[in-house]
Amino acid sequence: MLLTIENLQAEIDEKQILKGLNLDIKPGEIHAIMGPNGAGKSTLASVLAGKDAYEVTAGSVMFDGQDLLELGPEERARKGLFLAFQYPVEIPGVSNKLFMQTAVNAVREEQGLLALDMFDFDEYAKDKIELLEMRPDLLERSVNVGFSGGEKKRNDIFQMALLQPKLCILDETDSGLDIDALRLVANGINALRSESRSFIVVTHYQRLLDYIKPDFVHVLYDGKIIKSGGFELVHELEEHGYDEIIQQSK
Amino acid sequence: MVDAKNISELGSSDTQYQEINDLLDKNQHYKEGFFTSTHVETFKKGLNEDVVRAISAKKNEPDWMLDFRLKAFKHWQTLDEPHWAKAEYTPLDYQDYSYYSAPTCGSCSEDGVEAEIDPEVAKAFAELGVPIAGDDANIAVDAIFDSISVSTTKREDLAELGIIFCSFSEAVQDYPELVQKYMGTVVPYHDNFFAALNSAVASDGTFVYIPENVHCPIDLSTYFRINEAKTGQFERTILVADKGSYVSYLEGCSAPVRDTYQLHAAVVEVIVLDDAEVKYSTVQNWYPGDDDCKGGILNFVTKRGICEGKNSKLSWTQAETGSAITWKYPSCILKGDNSIGEFYSVALTNRRQQADTGTKMIHIGKNTRSTIIAKGLSAGKSDNTYRGLVKILPSAEGARNFTQCDSMLIGDQCGAHTFPYIEVENATAQVEHEATTSRIGEDQLFYCKQRGISEENAISMIVNGFCKEVFSELPLEFAQEAEELLAISLEGSVG
Ligand SMILES: Nc1ncnc2c1ncn2[C@@H]1O[C@H](COP(=O)(O)OP(=O)(O)OP(=O)(O)O)[C@@H](O)[C@H]1O
Ligand SMILES: [Mg+2]
Repeated sequence: MLLTIENLQAEIDEKQILKGLNLDIKPGEIHAIMGPNGAGKSTLASVLAGKDAYEVTAGSVMFDGQDLLELGPEERARKGLFLAFQYPVEIPGVSNKLFMQTAVNAVREEQGLLALDMFDFDEYAKDKIELLEMRPDLLERSVNVGFSGGEKKRNDIFQMALLQPKLCILDETDSGLDIDALRLVANGINALRSESRSFIVVTHYQRLLDYIKPDFVHVLYDGKIIKSGGFELVHELEEHGYDEIIQQSK
Repeated sequence: MVDAKNISELGSSDTQYQEINDLLDKNQHYKEGFFTSTHVETFKKGLNEDVVRAISAKKNEPDWMLDFRLKAFKHWQTLDEPHWAKAEYTPLDYQDYSYYSAPTCGSCSEDGVEAEIDPEVAKAFAELGVPIAGDDANIAVDAIFDSISVSTTKREDLAELGIIFCSFSEAVQDYPELVQKYMGTVVPYHDNFFAALNSAVASDGTFVYIPENVHCPIDLSTYFRINEAKTGQFERTILVADKGSYVSYLEGCSAPVRDTYQLHAAVVEVIVLDDAEVKYSTVQNWYPGDDDCKGGILNFVTKRGICEGKNSKLSWTQAETGSAITWKYPSCILKGDNSIGEFYSVALTNRRQQADTGTKMIHIGKNTRSTIIAKGLSAGKSDNTYRGLVKILPSAEGARNFTQCDSMLIGDQCGAHTFPYIEVENATAQVEHEATTSRIGEDQLFYCKQRGISEENAISMIVNGFCKEVFSELPLEFAQEAEELLAISLEGSVG
């Protein structure tokens, strides 16, 4: 198992959002998580990534054989947990390239590898830049500053390609992408698929899932997974919406 | 003449030592906060005409210098303490400070003879990394400890080039014509409250003269150290670059950790003649005080230079990270035609520090140019204000100014303020102003951490990216020191 979530409960500002969530992910699997607005999808992603504001009140999370909840967010990242944010953050004054070089080197240090200098990094980044068709100016500019919504999302996937994580959590990466960008991002994800790498893909739409064909689909509602199934569950949801499943779960 | 001994107290400060070490434990991030226990001669607290006379007598000064002090003192008594800046402080009790303090076996220039430097004082400078033994090939140092200059290195080497680099007190003795010619010409004693106070009780400082067409081969520097409690430091620095000369001058400052405010009111005058260039860099790391900034340095400084000659150039570069309150506007009077003034500044405030800093560019000559790049970083509960004046006089045909003021807020309890004053009296002038404000918050730090970058690295990356343009103007070693200082000053500033 790469990730085992058991009875995860978490709150923010004393409001309980996750209410006993279970999920098992094996290496190489792609899990899609769908669910209505406010269900707790981003909360789950943030808790897994270790955001301070959330407090875990019960349950456990094992990641690659270790207690994930024990680790700080930067340690989780260095051990291979990656989150593509629903709203990627702008960092003024720091070039995207320096930012990514620093991040890649932080992960390499953890793995006992030598740091890449600017030249090594350029070499290393080349095929990832091509894969996501990143415009050169986006690398020179400050991280996400003045990027369009779609460019920000694509930048996050570019970072993912550079960091080569074990678990990729994508929080609505497909929202706000035009048709071409969606195809690029899907290609990026597919190019990263491997037997050892797993994905959690949070989305509201079938479009992205059509490209990447998830192994499992889960419906998250009110802080719990109320239904799990295969790819066919996506069609069911597209046709009937969440109401029926929610009613059944009660 | 008043006998200086009557109002001086002798004694070592061992009792204070424990107290200060206790405090130090609470302020571990200010690593320059140690106190040197040595024999000192300190005047009793208080300020009156007798004290002014005693300082002058102590330094064996000629009458013209005493007259200058007395004139300034009389004028100072008529002035009110200024409180217009954004930096707020409770009125100071000027009678509660001592106006002279010196290590007793330092190289006091009482009789013009250099004595051995006090080993404790030498140790203090060694700990601060100030090369007072003259063993660093690339830099000459004037080391000032409380009220006096204790050591000036490389003087002989420089003298061969005709360069004068000595303490202000020595200059008064040895180069009276030069001091009289320039002192008070850029910052007159009546300029402002603190300049008047400084003119009256000036302790020591540095005097630099670069002769015609001499390119000073090494950096000249002064390191200011305030050691005694409740002692003001009032140094006076005069730097003259004669025609066609060049010099790069650096100053650094620090003070022990204290629990009461200490006053630092310096005056710096820079005179740049035809075709000469002066680069003046400061890394200011005065003790900022405890978490409420109690006990920090009140840094009220008047720095001004005049580009007197045509094609002359003066650059001020400063990294201000210390002090409880900083009140400082290094300025350029661009009098010579085609003269250039530059101001590059990084001012960082954290906890409850307050900084009100900026520059004045006064364009008088034709085709004069000025550039202002000011970066304000505020963290904690601090307040950081940029206040700048660009004044183009009617005579300044074709003058140009470019100003860029960027503020960065770290966390959400600090403030940044920008007050750019622009007065243009010549229609051919071009004045450009740009300003930005950004904030580093939890979200940005989380984003960095999620990519594996530690909080410390994230902050230094963000902050250094923000300050890049200014740091690139600092001499290399200074730039590094400034980066490190920022990192230390920002420790724990978010979350
Ligand atoms: N600081 C907070 N205090 C109280 N409630 C909060 C706070 N932050 C988030 N919430 C609530 O937590 C719930 C879950 O939010 P979350 O962002 O995880 O939803 P989501 O499933 O990602 O929704 P969407 O599909 O709209 O992105 C929402 O009802 C939200 O209002
Ligand atoms: Mg969400």
